Amino acid sequence: MDIFLQQIINGLVQGSIYALVALGYTMVYGIMGLINFAHGEVVMIGTLVSITVVGLLIGAGMPAGLAGLCGLVVAVLVCMGLGWSLERVAYRPLRGAPRLTPLITAIGMSIVLQNLAMILWGRNYLTFPPLLPKVSFELAGTHFTLVQVAIVAISAATMGGLLLLIYRTKLGMAMRATAQNPAVASLMGINANRVIAAAFVIGSALGALAGVMVGSYYEIAHYQMGFMLGLKAFTAAVLGGIGNLAGAMLGGVLLGIIEALGAGYIGDLTGGFLGSHYQDIFAFVVLIGVLMFKPSGLFGEKAGDRA
Amino acid sequence: MKNWLSPRSTAGLALIAVALIALPFVAGMGGQAWIRIVNFAILYIFLALGLNIVVGFAGLLDLGYIAFYAVGAYTWALLASPHFGLHWPVWAILPIGALVACLFGVLLGSPTLKLRGDYLAIVTLGFGEIVRIFMNNLNAPINITNGPQGITLIDPVSIAGLKFAGSTPFLGLTLTGAHKYYFLLVALAILVVVINLRLQHSRIGRAWQAIREDEVAAKAVGINTRNIKLLAFAMGASFGGIAGGVFAAMQGFVSPESFSLIESIMVLAMVVLGGMGHIPGVILGAILLSVLPEVLRYSVTPVQMALFGKTLVDPESLRMLIFGLALVLVMRFKPNGLWPAPESRRPAEATR
Repeated sequence: MDIFLQQIINGLVQGSIYALVALGYTMVYGIMGLINFAHGEVVMIGTLVSITVVGLLIGAGMPAGLAGLCGLVVAVLVCMGLGWSLERVAYRPLRGAPRLTPLITAIGMSIVLQNLAMILWGRNYLTFPPLLPKVSFELAGTHFTLVQVAIVAISAATMGGLLLLIYRTKLGMAMRATAQNPAVASLMGINANRVIAAAFVIGSALGALAGVMVGSYYEIAHYQMGFMLGLKAFTAAVLGGIGNLAGAMLGGVLLGIIEALGAGYIGDLTGGFLGSHYQDIFAFVVLIGVLMFKPSGLFGEKAGDRA
Repeated sequence: MKNWLSPRSTAGLALIAVALIALPFVAGMGGQAWIRIVNFAILYIFLALGLNIVVGFAGLLDLGYIAFYAVGAYTWALLASPHFGLHWPVWAILPIGALVACLFGVLLGSPTLKLRGDYLAIVTLGFGEIVRIFMNNLNAPINITNGPQGITLIDPVSIAGLKFAGSTPFLGLTLTGAHKYYFLLVALAILVVVINLRLQHSRIGRAWQAIREDEVAAKAVGINTRNIKLLAFAMGASFGGIAGGVFAAMQGFVSPESFSLIESIMVLAMVVLGGMGHIPGVILGAILLSVLPEVLRYSVTPVQMALFGKTLVDPESLRMLIFGLALVLVMRFKPNGLWPAPESRRPAEATR
């Protein structure tokens, strides 16, 4: 039972990160129907930028917590700029192109960003300096650290803020309207280009936040880290029903928990036949299972004929 | 097709034939490595044409296509290597490989038929990853795939006593292993291209296109959409399986590393960049995207040396950087691909 609770906590932490990244995928997808494959790389750039900034500031004698905050702000700003330019330079010229064209562009941008990061930061693993004191708590037989608490709390607060933005502001209303029907929305005086740019910028900001969290959680970063993270997050978005904000959040958390439980129990369940190195399979098996019964995800609208 | 035997097209075909025969010897002047690059380009043509059936003809976005390539490669590796001590002949393994891949295609296809568009894409992606992860880990408790180390010492192709590894003298020329595989690949490629051309204009090909344009309408005119979609998966998969088998024999070595997601994505990029659903375009896309990284591999360092007198930027990442930019730029200026199908036969959404 202790292991069970422990794995739930670990899964919740990982899941919060997935959820933040998944939001970036789902917002862009909901509005323009594009799988933005380069989003994982945006997250990676966020982590690496924050490592550089934090490293410099700590080297200059700033306390770790404050340096972390500065690193976060710089990473968020850089990624917002990156997201905006991606949309402006790569995707905007492709409005009205065949559906798979922007997908290939996204793949191309993903390759470009990854290799750019490798040129700038090198091909070695970088260590992320610890930002928060290593305090650990004990509750009902489970252990968790301050970093884990911070990740879950900040994610929850950010997602709450995002929901307010989407459901309580004019920009949010414009975004929802464009997602529902771009043509009619633009007839109502909504500037579709602005809305799409906003989706990219907000998604990238969330991605940068997630990137800093991943970095400080695992204390390690690498120019290839964005790919698998992005893939898992995208899986989470689909699991929840892509295009649906709440779906992406719940899908992310659910995926994190399923993975953690899967890794913890797969050995027992299969009598030792499959070990915990099958962890990565869980995400996909669950996804396929869910989609067989609910073809548009757990919380997706019924029969979305988006294709 | 009606001008098939006119003097002009006969002359054209003869010219192509001469070019195809001369190609490996011309490429060989730059070293054996270039013949191997040409061979891989042909393998990618197989893969791209196979995926084109699923994505281009039937309009089903498949991001896990490389799994079938992997299945074909491992089938060959297991049936013709010391790993299980089996050494079956080519004409037995190649069809078995195609069949096994075909079964995997149906296995993937049947539960996913209900899904549309991008939901299908992510499930196929997951399927590809699952296959790769199993290959990576099926070395315990029973050693089937030998895990991340992969399977080595795979038998080369051998037809009627002619071994494809090593050199053989032929009409005063020395044919190396790469040369022989080239001719085998070209023969297979011609077969694959002809099958694809015939398929496209067959009843099945038209049914695929109908499904691509409008599945509901296709169903309404009496097309059994379930079976026809399954058939697309199965046929695409068997081409992948054959390509995988030849790959395993040619390399003499397979490991899960060769079958990662990025490979699936590359093959998809070949199809889309060349011109989805248009066979000559897909072939062009496969050739360009498989040769370009190699050309860059050999040119990035000398160019840097000539410009700056030293290597400023790591050549490997610079090469991939240029490659990524090339993808982006082609899509920017040729959104329908480099050599798209004529307007009337293009997917409806392309002209919308």
